[in-house]
Amino acid sequence: MVVIDRRSMLTGAAGLILAGTVGAVAQETPVKGGVLNMIAQPEPPILMVGLNTQGPTLYVGGQIYQSLLTYGTDLKPLPSLAKSWVVAEDGLTYTFTLQDNVKWHDGKPFSADDVVFTADKFLRESHPRWRLIATTYVESITSPAPNQVVFKLKKPFSAFLHAFELSSFPIIPKHLYDNGTDYRTNPANQTPIGTGPFKLKEWKRGSYIHLVRNEDYWKPGQPYLDELYFRIIPDSASRAVAFEKGTVDVLRGGDVEGFEVRRLVKLKDVENTTSGWENYAPLVFMEMNQRTMPFSDKNVRKAIMHAIDREFIVKNIFFGLGKVATGPFASTTLYYSSDVPAYPFDMAKAKKLLADAKVNPADYSIRLMPLPYGAAWDRMAEYIKQQIAQLGFKIAITGVDAGGWSQKMSDFDFDLSFNFTYQYGDPALGVARHYLSNNIIKGTPYGNNEHYINPKVDELFNLAAGAVSQDVAAKAYAEAQKIIVDDVALGWLYEMQNVTIYRNKVKNLVKTGIGLNQYMDEVWIAK
Amino acid sequence: MTFFKRYAQNYGALIGLAILVIVAVVALTAPLLFPVSPWQSVGDPLLSPSENPAFPFGTDMLGRDIAAGLAYGARVSLLIGIVSTAVAVVIGVSIGALAGFYGGRIDDILMRFTEFFQTIPAFAMAIVLVAIFNPNIVSITLAIAVVSWPPVARLVRGEFLSLRSREFVQAAVVIGQSGPRIMFTQILPNAISPIIVTASLMVATAILTESSLSFLGLGDRNMMSWGFMIGAARTMLREAWWMSFFPGVAILLTVLAINLIGEGLNDAMNPHLRGRKG
Repeated sequence: MVVIDRRSMLTGAAGLILAGTVGAVAQETPVKGGVLNMIAQPEPPILMVGLNTQGPTLYVGGQIYQSLLTYGTDLKPLPSLAKSWVVAEDGLTYTFTLQDNVKWHDGKPFSADDVVFTADKFLRESHPRWRLIATTYVESITSPAPNQVVFKLKKPFSAFLHAFELSSFPIIPKHLYDNGTDYRTNPANQTPIGTGPFKLKEWKRGSYIHLVRNEDYWKPGQPYLDELYFRIIPDSASRAVAFEKGTVDVLRGGDVEGFEVRRLVKLKDVENTTSGWENYAPLVFMEMNQRTMPFSDKNVRKAIMHAIDREFIVKNIFFGLGKVATGPFASTTLYYSSDVPAYPFDMAKAKKLLADAKVNPADYSIRLMPLPYGAAWDRMAEYIKQQIAQLGFKIAITGVDAGGWSQKMSDFDFDLSFNFTYQYGDPALGVARHYLSNNIIKGTPYGNNEHYINPKVDELFNLAAGAVSQDVAAKAYAEAQKIIVDDVALGWLYEMQNVTIYRNKVKNLVKTGIGLNQYMDEVWIAK
Repeated sequence: MTFFKRYAQNYGALIGLAILVIVAVVALTAPLLFPVSPWQSVGDPLLSPSENPAFPFGTDMLGRDIAAGLAYGARVSLLIGIVSTAVAVVIGVSIGALAGFYGGRIDDILMRFTEFFQTIPAFAMAIVLVAIFNPNIVSITLAIAVVSWPPVARLVRGEFLSLRSREFVQAAVVIGQSGPRIMFTQILPNAISPIIVTASLMVATAILTESSLSFLGLGDRNMMSWGFMIGAARTMLREAWWMSFFPGVAILLTVLAINLIGEGLNDAMNPHLRGRKG
């Protein structure tokens, strides 16, 4: 398959570039100047990434705001606004040294005070993920010197160094927000001021967002590009046409439908990559509500896994843009273990499991609630309904809209549904939330909504999150994966592969594990 | 000349009747022709019609047989078409008859009520109704009925208004028959022909409305329907034309057949046209 072959090629290439940044950069010398056209789909409500972490906001806002760290395609932390960092032996003190000569877009100097304000006030109030980390683990945040920030923890947290990515920890200008106003209604939200390589020039609602080069950027000689345009094109077919015609140079995963991807990657002078999503690693799974029969019986969940041909789903429903998931951790993330029970497609085995467990499928009627995200998700629901019906269960699809889905998931009012979530590099940030029994809380579709309870798994996740040494964490996570997969806590379907399609004159586009959300100070266009 | 002979003089109407009979037979025998559910994958995905003789209409992206989908889709289309029309006719005739027969303030109230429905675009209102009451076959049928009764009411009111002043009706009033009795035994039988013609055309409109709703993803998620098949296949038109072509043809033929039948009924029942072709 074209896409997958190129993937391995490109991860190799990205590795080369990273290794080469110190010495001779690449074979080609970057050219200055040029305009890069992209698509913001859908149009973001706001560009202030500290208040909104939806995809398009991060995509555009990632050029304006920067975080302390970014992450490679191997998920190793890389410098961003932090030049270097030291973790104390006891795993309780993290010291970050900041870049020199950094200025906000309005000319004010950037300093450690901004970082302390961001961590201690702004994000603690407005960012649910950071708030949880800050209240659970962080004891104090101080700045002993103007270019140094020190985080002291109450107890070790092995994922802490992964919490400084753009969507989790964008640095906010203190001088604009620390004035007693409500962050959400601060007028500065409309005129975003960051430290990034590009500044907001104009936002014509419904038409485009125009960013221009930041002349005072802290990396000398960068960025190479003069202007960025994020076009707003609401119709999917028109977006594909815009790329074919050359109106836009880059298509982000999700900008066009899966079947268009297959066609567009074959165009002349066009490159594609599935790299750039390693940090998010979206994983698609089935949620089986374990509060009642039949799904409270582990054997039923196993039977369902055997009854579904996941290769078929990836190949025929999602156009090959994915990889069958083996368990709760995406294979591109840290601590992934492939040493888990497997559930190959085997209808006979599925029926035998039900018979051995003395479950009579005809006794149960199951409501299947599809994820209302478009045609492919509907096809998947139809396919899975049919497979489960073959086991003998009575099953009906109950259609909902996006709001209805979120509501019913949050209220645990479902039998069987689908979901996918980002993993954010470390299992403690993006994975554990689905399996910890203390995370069975109403009000969010992204917690432990399936009602999975296993004290051993709780213990292992907590042990791993609090580990100082990576080895201890890895061992605990490996064991947890084995148990969770044997329990079929969720029905893991596949790892999504988002394809970035771009014209081959665009260089250095996808280099890190956060892909296109990475600020594009090194991107250039060949003449 | 008997009714059927008059009807048979219109060849279009005969062709229409033949098509409709075929569709109805396929719909009734669908479980015998295709014992496996139309949702079940039975072959390789995306087989074109010529590829495998077992699937003369091809298969869709999940390997489901298009032919089975067409047969089961016919059941949904005909069922919704007929039931929703029947409901709409009952509502329309009741309101129209009361308004036309009693006139005056009752007429005013009922006709303003009818106009209220007529001013809202029918399809938009059907979408809203279905979206409010979760899409399933009952809510879809009722939604279509609710948006399609006003023309019947207006038609029936007109007929009743004109028939009410005829002598045979006045005679019935004089001999002391009650209002409802006059409406049912005297006026309605004389107004039945235009109602039947309108109703036959409403079946076609109802089938189209149901297909459009399903196309937009507001169909019954557990029933295979033609509109749903087209809606699901539309994005892959370039790669697999047969997935949307055959259900499209099925809708076209069925709606055309019903329109031809309506035309034929009109010719056969309208006394003014009798002998036009003879």
